[in-house]
Amino acid sequence: MKRRTVLKGIAGGTVSLAAAPTLLASTYGTAYAAEDEIKVGVLFPLSGTIAVIGRSLHNATMLAIDEINANGGISGKKIKPIVRDSQSSPAVYADKIKELILQQKVLTTFGGYTSASRKAVLPVVEKYNSLYWYPTLYEGDECSKNIMYTGAVPNQQQEQFVPWLIKNFGKRFYLLGSNYIYPKDENRICKALLKKYGGEVVAEEYVPLGHSEFSSNINKMRSLRPDVIFCTVVGDSVIALHRQYKTAGLDPSKMPFASLTTSEEEVSAMGGEYAAGHFTSAPYFMSADTPTNHKFVAAYQKKYGADKVTNFVSSASYFQVFLFQKGVEKLLSQGHGVGDLTPINIRNACLGEQVHAPQGVVKLDPKNQHTYLWPKIGQWQKDGQAKVIHESKKWVEPKPYWMYPGNRVCTPSGVKTEKS
Amino acid sequence: MFSFGTLLSGLSIGSILLLVALGLAIIYGTMGVINLAHGDFLMIGAYATWYLQKYWHMGLIATLPVVFIVGCIVGLVVEKTVVRYLYRRPLDTILATWGISILLEEAVNLGAGSNLKYVQLPGMLSGDWVLFGAHVGVYRILIIGIALALLIATSVLFFRTDFGLKVRAVVSNPETAEGHGVNSGLIYAATFAYGSGLAAFAGALVAPIKSVSPTMGIHYIVDAFLVVVVGGVGSLLGLFVSAGIIGEMESIIGFAIDDTTAKVIIFLAVIAIIRFRPQGLFVSKVRQPS
Repeated sequence: MKRRTVLKGIAGGTVSLAAAPTLLASTYGTAYAAEDEIKVGVLFPLSGTIAVIGRSLHNATMLAIDEINANGGISGKKIKPIVRDSQSSPAVYADKIKELILQQKVLTTFGGYTSASRKAVLPVVEKYNSLYWYPTLYEGDECSKNIMYTGAVPNQQQEQFVPWLIKNFGKRFYLLGSNYIYPKDENRICKALLKKYGGEVVAEEYVPLGHSEFSSNINKMRSLRPDVIFCTVVGDSVIALHRQYKTAGLDPSKMPFASLTTSEEEVSAMGGEYAAGHFTSAPYFMSADTPTNHKFVAAYQKKYGADKVTNFVSSASYFQVFLFQKGVEKLLSQGHGVGDLTPINIRNACLGEQVHAPQGVVKLDPKNQHTYLWPKIGQWQKDGQAKVIHESKKWVEPKPYWMYPGNRVCTPSGVKTEKS
Repeated sequence: MFSFGTLLSGLSIGSILLLVALGLAIIYGTMGVINLAHGDFLMIGAYATWYLQKYWHMGLIATLPVVFIVGCIVGLVVEKTVVRYLYRRPLDTILATWGISILLEEAVNLGAGSNLKYVQLPGMLSGDWVLFGAHVGVYRILIIGIALALLIATSVLFFRTDFGLKVRAVVSNPETAEGHGVNSGLIYAATFAYGSGLAAFAGALVAPIKSVSPTMGIHYIVDAFLVVVVGGVGSLLGLFVSAGIIGEMESIIGFAIDDTTAKVIIFLAVIAIIRFRPQGLFVSKVRQPS
């Protein structure tokens, strides 16, 4: 009696074990999207050291999702955001992206801010062939088939900026950055451009992340008298830097900061009068005069508060959701069913797509999954907004390996080395 | 390299260090409590200044006494609810105050939002003066003055008043002091509140020239511990000298090489000092609770 039960049990166990793979296989195709909803991951740093900027990216993403849902969703399917907090930690990013892909079975994930976070996510999204949308400007030198890059790469920020600075202010540059990978790569590219256009580096210096005491740098500015302070100081530090610059009595009309990273966010925290006269190169400023931007800013402030500002990373966080929407719509309109909504099909559908972004019409480059953007040079005003002084006449192609050694280029089948 | 301007900057950096470390020196130096929430008391001070400016339209100088009191109250609450149970367990205070630090940080994050806050500097303080050919901001001079004034006021409080005598008595030997009618609980609470108030005060003063965010405290607490450890636990003179030395090192090395190198060299120097002179440069006359 007892023995029989045991045997039965074993038999039953075997059956269910055998059934498991078939069950998985049959649900695999439809796991990403249901008939009425599409699950996406939203993975920004909501706590920890980068929460300050992370929150604005999260908010912009959620705003875009709300707008799409309020208009009936994507072809009748509501987007269901699965929100996770990456806690500003690359290790947490790796854990959470895994959870989003494997347990939540999201179709795609929007997230990230720092390059370190992207590097932590990259092996996971590649391993599970998922799709990740990254909105930040960054140093380039990367090209994953599983990441969509909607922020600027160095050629989109520096190619027009550096010659413009030399022409308008002079050729002596003081390179000042925070001590990590992004400023070093950008400065290396800046130095190459200075060489090309006859500029010169009078000093190159990196301060620790979170540094807030710039007295010795200011002394150096006084004694070296550079024409331009090429600035890639990030986060809280840049606020301290601008305040101490002004209270030291230095003059932006003679020696301006030329930044790749200072946005409306930092300017509103330091106070417009401290930023006034300095410059930033970016594809988007809150003052952009496009219908999409007026709508974006109004909706953002209505939802999150009239004192909130938008910036070049939050605007990319916003428009990349609409690029995703385009891809899904395209697939469904081509007669594909819900079962065909997989990360890779969506990626292929999105490549080459265009969307009206707050900065103008942008396009995902089919070669490298980066984005055609509209570089601008903005001069900060006392009211905390940037006045666009120079604007690219056409959109600029993203070149993630521009000025990097090795003649590498992105191709649809991966990174290739070109013969020079 | 060793121009007057560089020396003046060093003085200015040192004065901020002194300001930030003073409250910690009171709490850590005289009570032996390793208060990891010190940076967050400073952060609370900066946020209080922001709040008073934004919603009560107070000028920076007018906010200072209010912020000091706010800091004292926060410190008092922390002391009464947590720290007072841990005076004989110094290692546990590290964990407990670290927890309080996270709590305060997240509370501000939820209450005031995570975006950076703007604290205004009065127009008349935002200019700069030229002293013997070297430029120095008016506000920097004000900070140097206030830091020195606070140091002197604190010395007077601890070495020239009845309250100070009681503090030193309680620190030397709580049982004997209580035997002579000193309420040691009250003395501890008041000292902790005073140190917290100083931290908040420092937060208000640095807010206009640095940045205000929930996580700002962490950068200050490291600096503050360096100053206290180098100067010698419990020695206000040591505090003054070590803030000056570290400030000048940061300014001179920062100017000659760069700030990252300056930080590295300062950390190395501090490690060497702790290795060969664990009691710090100046030995305190106050016996520590064992």
